[in-house]
Amino acid sequence: MELFVNQVLAGIATGAIYACMALAIVMIFQAIDHLNFAQGEMAMFSTFIAWQLMQWGVPYWWAFLLTLIISFAAGVAIERLLFKPLAKAPILTNVAGFIALFAIVNSVAGLVWDFTIKQFPTPFGSSPFLGSQLISTHQAGMIGVTLVLLLLLFVFFRFTRIGLAMRAAATLPESARLVGINTGWMIALGWGMASAIGAIAGILIAPVVFLEPNMMGGVLLYGFAAAVLGGLSSPLGAVLGGFLVGVFENLVGTYIPGVGNELKLPIALALIVIVLVVKPTGLMGHTVVKRV
Amino acid sequence: MTAMLDIKDLRAYYGQVQALHGLEFHLSEGSMTTLLGANGAGKTTTLRAICNMVRSTGTIEFEGKSLNGKSTENIVRLGIAHVPQGRGTFTTMTVEENLQLGAISRKDTKAIGSDIERMYDHFPVLKQRHTQQAGTLSGGEQQMLAVARALMLRPRLMLLDEPSFGLAPLIVRDLFKILGKINREDKVSILVVEQNAQLALEIADHAYVIETGRIVMSGNAKEIASNEDVRKSYLGY
Repeated sequence: MELFVNQVLAGIATGAIYACMALAIVMIFQAIDHLNFAQGEMAMFSTFIAWQLMQWGVPYWWAFLLTLIISFAAGVAIERLLFKPLAKAPILTNVAGFIALFAIVNSVAGLVWDFTIKQFPTPFGSSPFLGSQLISTHQAGMIGVTLVLLLLLFVFFRFTRIGLAMRAAATLPESARLVGINTGWMIALGWGMASAIGAIAGILIAPVVFLEPNMMGGVLLYGFAAAVLGGLSSPLGAVLGGFLVGVFENLVGTYIPGVGNELKLPIALALIVIVLVVKPTGLMGHTVVKRV
Repeated sequence: MTAMLDIKDLRAYYGQVQALHGLEFHLSEGSMTTLLGANGAGKTTTLRAICNMVRSTGTIEFEGKSLNGKSTENIVRLGIAHVPQGRGTFTTMTVEENLQLGAISRKDTKAIGSDIERMYDHFPVLKQRHTQQAGTLSGGEQQMLAVARALMLRPRLMLLDEPSFGLAPLIVRDLFKILGKINREDKVSILVVEQNAQLALEIADHAYVIETGRIVMSGNAKEIASNEDVRKSYLGY
């Protein structure tokens, strides 16, 4: 029983990271109808920036905050420079753009910081949380930070004018322009926010998977699985999907003999395929009905 | 009197196809003008060209300023509210959020709340349903919402694309009555595109008839309505 609770809690902790990645993916998908394959690499690069700042002696939380700001600006810049010109291009052109971004970001990180594995600090420590052996303080911190982030995002989208404008631009761009919303900048803003959310995910998971240019590969796959499971059109679904995938991954790895750590990743892929076949809209997504 | 909206030699294109062939017309401040014509005559295209939603050439001036080359959102911000064909309702959002969105480009955020109340006075049914998803409203209610959303901009000019489309005759009559009231009381100039010529001529003060992308007739709405030849050949009633 203790093993079970332990695995569920650990699953929720990593699930929090998948939820962040899924949320970042969904935000960009909502804005431009494409999956950002480079989301994980962008998060990895942000994490390196945070690491570099700390190497220069910046305290953890200042480095955290600065990294979010830099990531936000970089996300906006990437949209303006790379994907705005591709807005009307065919889907494959966009896919090629994402893959190029993936490769470039990955290589530049390797060039600047090389491919050796680095330790990444945690501000929460890794002692048992509240004296219990079930969950560590860092895992509890991961869950806590994610929940605060979700709450802030909910308030932003639900109660602020700019959040309302972003939702309008994502659902009906033409109508949004007709009420005076600059939809192009709303998309850029979405990219900035997705980039900053990815940075949070990267910084939180780095103490677990260690910092190196390929650290986000698996995490991004789980993020995709979470987004697909929850529904690509639903931010709330993406978050729920993240937690579910995290728990599912752990339980399958623990209880199904022969799966173990090595075969966990194919499970994420299998999950994506199953959801797309059985319920393509995901748990909380909605079918888009188009009048013709 | 100077024209509020002045359009000269307007030509619009969908790809290679030319939809408007040198349209000229103007609209004076405070007026209610209607643009009539059959299906495919170019009425919707004209409204879309004003808001730069279709490729066009020619000059469009609003209050003496050229709109050429301005983006749709910047044209809207000058005070031109456009109620598009199909209403453009944000169906997944609530009625109140739709009204908030109408005012999203305004700087005077304090007055928005009282404006929403005013819209509820104009359209009491919207007040009853203000927390409902807009997609659950009936066609008539959605058209009311679209007009209210446009008014939330506090526009100087409102463009309406076939407000009567798909609505029961009684509801259309109500809607046009409200439009007349808004035109008189809130001093909003209105350009309304209609296939329902009879009704549009009743409330408009000026009318243009458009055929295959050209203005073929213009004049006082009452005169056009009473001219039997025009009615028979262009308006079909």
